[in-house]
Amino acid sequence: MSLRIESRDRSVTAYLTGEIDHHIAAAIRNDIDYSVRDTGAVELILDFSGVTFMDSSGIGLVMGRYRLMNEMGGSVIVQDPPHNIKKVMKLSGIDRLAEIRNSTEEESK
Amino acid sequence: MNIENEMKLSFKSLSRNEGFARTAVCAFAAQLDPDTEEISDIRTAVSEAVTNCIVHAYRNRTGTIELVCRILENRELYIRVRDRGCGIENVAKAMEPLFTTAACEERAGLGFAVMESFMDKLKVTSAVGRGTSVIMRKRIGGKNE
Ligand SMILES: Nc1ncnc2c1ncn2[C@@H]1O[C@H](COP(=O)(O)OP(=O)(O)OP(=O)(O)O)[C@@H](O)[C@H]1O
Ligand SMILES: [Mg+2]
Repeated sequence: MSLRIESRDRSVTAYLTGEIDHHIAAAIRNDIDYSVRDTGAVELILDFSGVTFMDSSGIGLVMGRYRLMNEMGGSVIVQDPPHNIKKVMKLSGIDRLAEIRNSTEEESK
Repeated sequence: MNIENEMKLSFKSLSRNEGFARTAVCAFAAQLDPDTEEISDIRTAVSEAVTNCIVHAYRNRTGTIELVCRILENRELYIRVRDRGCGIENVAKAMEPLFTTAACEERAGLGFAVMESFMDKLKVTSAVGRGTSVIMRKRIGGKNE
């Protein structure tokens, strides 16, 4: 698992890669929350394009970030989750809390 | 039920073993030649069961997790994950989607829901103070027949 965070104009993008499970979730959470608070972000984009595996610990991670952004008056966007990741997300109903979007479609609009 | 093949593992309830357990089960299941979707389903279900032992069963301590995998008749994969931890008072309640006793740790309460939907069968037995056993089964290649 590796994590890269970029921020610009109060929008933070976290590029997640590899496997997201309980073992790694707390470390990811701390890094993202630090950036969000530090920049006063109103938009958090979680880029899942490089994620190869995720279980319900990843759902907890997205739900927790939704709560944080909600508290700060902002929103969460889940970007480019692969098929198997989307399957877990759909089951959880997380798509009702965070927009799931495809970045390539977004560009062609 | 005829057991065509079997493997057993036991390991410490350390979070770094979550990835190990997933990989070990998928390596064993490979002999059934599962497709990528099936591998992903198995991987996720095993991760849920093992993580529950680490997070809930052996909360604040380290115990042993026992994993048994079998190949049964008709290309059925059998997985049993067992702990000797705290046990579950009300299994039916614990299995309800979104039920969790660890909300403050950002647990979603979806582990059992994932196991149920990604595997064909799920059976949970538990005794308070004695531990929990989770048995999952999935027929590999069943969709195409
Ligand atoms: N092996 C176990 N030992 C003791 N209690 C367990 C065990 N597995 C599950 N539980 C109990 O059942 C509840 C529901 O489990 P489930 O996996 O569905 O959700 P969770 O672990 O709380 O959250 P998530 O899996 O979404 O991170 C847990 O909160 C816990 O109270
Ligand atoms: Mg769980």
